This record gives sequence, C-alpha cells and structure tokens, in this order.
Amino acid sequence: MNITWRLAWRNLWRHWRRTWLTVGAMVFCNMLLIFLISVQLGSYQMMIDNSLGAFTGHLQLQHEGFDEEQRIRQSMPAVAERARQVQELLGAEAVAARGIAYALASSEERSFGIQVTGVEPEREPRVSTLPGLLREGRYLSGADGEIVVGALLARNLRVAPGDEITILGSGRDGSFAAAIATVVGIVDSGIPDLDRALAQVSLPWFQTVFSMGDHGHSVVVRLPNLEQVPLAVTTLQALRAEHPELVVLDWDQLQPGLRQAIRSDMASAWVMYGVLILLVAFSVLNTQLMSVLERTREFGVMLALGVSPGRLARLVGLETALLAALGLGLGVLLGALLALYLQQAGFTFPGMEEMNARFNLPERIYPPVTLASLLWGPLTVFLGALLAAVYPALRLFGLQPVAAMRAT
Amino acid sequence: MHWPLGSLLTLAWRNLWRNYRRTLIMLLAIALGVWAMIVMSALMRGMTDQMVRNGLATLPGEAQIHHPEFLLDPSVVNHMPMPAGRLLEQLNSAPITAWAARLRVPAVLASEYASRGVTLLGVDPAQEDALGSLPETLLEGRMLAGADDRGILLGAGLAARLETGLGKRIVLMTQDTANNVADRGVRIVGIYRARLQGDEERFAYVGRGALQELLGLEQRVTEIAVSASDYTAVDAWLPALQAAASPELEVLGWTELHTFLGSMLAVQEGFVLVFMVVVFLVLSFGLINTLVMAVFERTRELGLMQALGMRPALILLQVLLESLLLLALGLLAGNSLALATLLPLRDGVDISAVAEGMEMMEMGTTLYPLLALDDMLMSTAVVLTLGLLASLLPAWRASRLDPVRALARH
Repeated sequence: MNITWRLAWRNLWRHWRRTWLTVGAMVFCNMLLIFLISVQLGSYQMMIDNSLGAFTGHLQLQHEGFDEEQRIRQSMPAVAERARQVQELLGAEAVAARGIAYALASSEERSFGIQVTGVEPEREPRVSTLPGLLREGRYLSGADGEIVVGALLARNLRVAPGDEITILGSGRDGSFAAAIATVVGIVDSGIPDLDRALAQVSLPWFQTVFSMGDHGHSVVVRLPNLEQVPLAVTTLQALRAEHPELVVLDWDQLQPGLRQAIRSDMASAWVMYGVLILLVAFSVLNTQLMSVLERTREFGVMLALGVSPGRLARLVGLETALLAALGLGLGVLLGALLALYLQQAGFTFPGMEEMNARFNLPERIYPPVTLASLLWGPLTVFLGALLAAVYPALRLFGLQPVAAMRAT
Repeated sequence: MHWPLGSLLTLAWRNLWRNYRRTLIMLLAIALGVWAMIVMSALMRGMTDQMVRNGLATLPGEAQIHHPEFLLDPSVVNHMPMPAGRLLEQLNSAPITAWAARLRVPAVLASEYASRGVTLLGVDPAQEDALGSLPETLLEGRMLAGADDRGILLGAGLAARLETGLGKRIVLMTQDTANNVADRGVRIVGIYRARLQGDEERFAYVGRGALQELLGLEQRVTEIAVSASDYTAVDAWLPALQAAASPELEVLGWTELHTFLGSMLAVQEGFVLVFMVVVFLVLSFGLINTLVMAVFERTRELGLMQALGMRPALILLQVLLESLLLLALGLLAGNSLALATLLPLRDGVDISAVAEGMEMMEMGTTLYPLLALDDMLMSTAVVLTLGLLASLLPAWRASRLDPVRALARH
C-alpha cells in the first residue's frame, strides 16, 4: 500500500471518536435521504401510473380543440377504424376508441348532470384500470342499453345493478338525445372525482343515442412505460398528413397538473435535502479543519523535511475521501436495508390515506428500490464532504515550516 | 452547597472562544439548521393556510348546517327551513361574522350547442358578500342583484364549454322535490373568473328566491354556511350553534365537512415537528463532536481543576453551559436570518410556473409564507432540549475524569 494511503488511514483513527461521529453524521444523513428519496420517487411513479392508468392513458388522438373545449361536434369520423390504424402503427396492444357526451341522468328518484363515455367493452380494460375495479355487477358486454356507473354517482342517483337510468342530452347534430340504460355494474376506484362522474356505455350504442354516426372523440393509447411516449407521439404524427384536423396529445398535455405537482414537490424536497447535506458538510469541515490545525507542528516538520505542500494537501484530501467513502459505504448499505424493508412492508403515516386519495395513491406506499433512489442522496453527500475539505487543504499552502514547527 | 454560577459562565464563555474557528463553524451550522427549520415551516404553514382558506372559500364557511341526509344524498329532497328563532339569534350573535342560507342543487345547463352538469347555487348576494363566497373577479356583465334576480352567473370556463356568452339564454334543468325535471330558460347576466379553474366549471349562481320559486320550495334551503372569520377557532362557537339548531339538523365544522383539509392540517403540524427533529439530529452529530473534542483537549486542565477541589457536578455544569451558550448564539443567529429571509417574502412568492400542479392541492399562484411565533418557539425548544440532552454525554465524561490520570496525560 502506498505510504500516503497508509498515513491517511492512520491519521483518520488518531481520534476515533471524532471520526466515528463524523461518519455517523454521514451515515444517518444518507439513510434519511435514501428513505425520503425512495418514498418520493416511488410515490411519483405511482401517482403517474394510477392517474394515467385510471382513465387518461399515456396519449390520445383527438380532434383539434376537443381537449380544451370538449364540444360534441369536435369529433373524428370512423373512430374505431382509426383506433385499429393506431394499433397497427404503434404495434401496441392497448388502444381503444371513446366517445364523450354530457347529459342529465335521472333515476326514479334523483337527477344529476353526468359525462357519458362510450367505450369499446372488449378493449377498454386494456387502456384503463376502471373496468377492473368493479364493486358490484359486471362490466359492459357490448349489448345496447347497458351502463356502468361510479360508486358515488350510484349513491347520488340511488341506483343498484338492475335499476334503470334515463339519459337526456343533445346529440352531435343538436337533436334531442334520450335513452334508457340499465345499470349492470358499479365501479369503485377510490378516487372521488372519478367515482362521482363515471358513466360508461358501449361505443356503438353511444353513437346511436347521440347521433354520432361512426364518430368518436378520442383514441386512447396505453404504453408499457413512460419512456416510449415521445416515440409513439412522433409515429402518430404521420396520421396528420391524411387527417390534419387531428392532434396527438401526450399525458403531460392531457393532465398538465401532474408533472407540475411533481415538479413543485421535487423543488421543495430538494431545498430540504440541500439543508441536510450542507449540515453534514459543515460537520466534515469542522472535523477536517480541526485535524489540520492540531497537526500544524507535525506538518511543519514534514515541510521542513522536504514534503511539498501539494502532497500534504493531497494527504488531507485523501483522509477526507476515506472518511466520506466510509460514510457512503455504510450509509448506502444500511439505507439499502431500510429501503428493501420498506419495499416489502410498505410505508404509511397517520393522515396519509386522505391525502393520498387526492393524488390517486393507495393508502400504503411500497417504494421500489432503484439505483437512483439509493445513490442520488449519498453521492451528493459524498461530494459535499469532499468540497468541505477544500478550505482545510488550502490552508496548508500558506504554512511556513519554521513558524509551524513552533506553533503550540 | 455553593454554586458559583457567575464564574462558571465566564469560564464557559471563554472556553467557547479558545478555538474560535471550530465554534464559528458550529455556530454557522446551528444557525443554518435553525434558519431551515423556521423558513421551511413558514413556507409549509403558508401553503397549508392558503389551501385551507381556499378550501373554506369554496366550501364555504367554517361550519355548515344541513338536513342530516343532505351530505350523503345531495338532493333538493333533503331541504330544511330558513333559520328562525334561537338558531337565527345564534347566527346573528358574535363571534359569528357572517352566514348565508343557500340552495345547493345538482343541475344541467344546456345551450343550443352543448350541455353540462353543474352544481347550481341559489344565493342571496348580500349574505354571500358578507361571507366572501361569491367569485372575486367579474369578467363581464354584473353580479346577481338580489335574491330574486332571475338571471344566472356563469364561470368563464363553463361559458366557453357551452359556447355561450353574456346576454344569451340557456336552459336550466334540475329536479324538483317530486323528482320531476323542472326547467326554465335563464339569461346570463354575468361571467366570472374563479381562482381555481375547476370551480369555474362546477358552480353557477342564481337568485335564491328565483330558484325556490322554480322548485316550489318557498322559504326552504338546503345549506346554511356559517363563518367567524378564523378557521382555527371553530371549536369556540360550534357547540353553541349545535345547541341552538333543532335536533333534526346536522351542524358540522369544516374538519368534518372537508376531511382532506382537516387531515392535511394535522399532518402538516406533525410534519413541522418531525422536520425540526430530523434537522436537529443531523446537527447533533456535529455538536457532540465539538464538545467531545473540546473536553478531550482540556483533559489535563479538567484534571487539575478536580485535583484543586472542583466538584464533578460543577464541571458537568460548566460543559453544559458552554453548550447552552453555543446553542443560544446559534438560535439567535438562525432566528434573525430567518426573519431577514421571510420579511421580504411577506407579499408572496410567485409560484405560477407550477399553477396547475398547485391546483391539485387547491392552491393559487402565489405562496404567502406564514411566520408563526409557535414555530419559532418550537424550533427553539427542540434545539435547546435536544441540544442539552446530546451534550450530557460529553459533559458527564468530563466530570468523571480521574484527576491523577488526567494530569498525567500530555
């Protein structure tokens, strides 16, 4: 082993209490960061998956302006064919066509304004998790006159499977649209906004009731992961050559709040992490500065013996690096154990349930252990510790051997 | 027993500055920690405060009175009489500052092009004004003139979706108590802009009297919203209101009406404390380190003091005093720094870049940090209590030195 390494290692253990306390500060901070970052990244991932998976999908093909204005006339012709075309272009399995209209729904006792969605019953379960969240009854079979409603809407309308709902609205051509549908299933997603508004019927029947012909309002695509979205958007732009009135919207355009909520949360979280990391850096600075100051005489002797100040600075840098590496290693090790435990056992705190429902999160979070969540925090702490050694190391260059040897 | 506090204090103070660099770095660390504790909690508190305020402006009020079935079944069927007698007396007495009796019913609005489901509010503008629950910004036209105004006030977002505008007529459809569809053409007299876009599309306002007439519900309402202008002090007047209301009515405070806001506030209170303790824990390693080293350097000196007859208890006290001085100075610096940061931000921090994300949390586009004396006191308490606790170990070790061995050290 190189002499500088040996010196550095031994110097580190001259004051073993101080060294362990400094390492302890780093280990504690690293574990804390791993815990916070994995919960944070885990909940973002779930927030995106749950929000998009419930209804929106990763991208949609729509008539220009429909996303903003949601007018029934902003429709695209031959929507089912268009969906098959998208499916072929992307080679994706999860593609479905939808139609959307607003209407007054009346049961025997109650009336509410609702949004009726026409879906393809055999394809909808591939793009949306809602059909899988049935609390009662069954999903649409494709037959005319069937409707699936959200749990809160069912409660507000006072209906159960088997009951009838009258739908009143206006069709695409402005004509009067009226129909009677039988409730076949009730969906309970746990997301109040969805459960209050959800009403799905089969697309062909929807097109009949609302005089849509073969028109629909959107083609919804769900991809295996977020990374594939940009490429899919580019691929679908090809469709616009033939149909210039269509637009391709990705999840960020469909749900602009989502990315911003994540961004603002991320910003405030990093301020907090920054403070923790700075505090640890101060701890390291203190330790290294003290260890340099108390060795002034020793360094004076070394300088007098011909060791260059640069080499002394390297020695101090190496000591800090060893110290920081210890904190990094132990911190990541213990932090990984903690993260693995959380991945299995989940994480919750009192009050989290209500707050999470707001962001489409389950009541317990099982943060996945990823390389990013394990290393992001600790590596920043490591860098912070190295930077903290700069000042003590620089002091060595101003040292005068004779004066230093006489220092008390 | 004699406690020479004065000289101990002098000793502690001088010891603190023997190694001024170490003390300064530690002071900086404590100040930064305290600064972070106060500034972060002020930002969090400001955020929650605004969420609660916005939530209560939409709710509206800090308490509401309903027919007991209304919350589960928000239908016009569950109506109740206008307040009278003891309830009216209670509503008009301090500390209640405003109340409004309203009809809240689901309805469908249809223009010639489109229709949308909305929550229709039949209001008395004078009462709502006092409550501050009417939209703040009027884009076009006028507000409702009185409870008998036969026009409708729409949000700009809803008007766009209905492809309609000021002065146009739209059809209002709702359900009367016999579950018949009651409809009437109404003229749009005003277009408003809400703080949150969602509200703009959800709420439409009509005159209470006009709606009562349409539904055949003379002098009946579905909701009474009550405010005393301070959401933290609801418990002080809610019981009296509950006692004054007839037993057939349900009187609930906002924490029960809007459970998300209630739990949000509770979580935030807890989180502030957790954050402070966590910051302190990271800080405490440095603090213990500083004290351990300070004691270590003075082993001989401490041994000599003991050999000369200084009691261990006084040595313990001296080290604790040193730690206390350090913490107090750090607190002073941290608090001043936090004040200096927060005062210029009093008028709000612009967060419109993430406005739509904030809307998910019922926030506007400006964040007003809220500096609470409680938070400053809490951070001081956390730092002093935990700080002294952490100093106990090095102080105890200093007091248990064997004088002979300590003196023999170099």
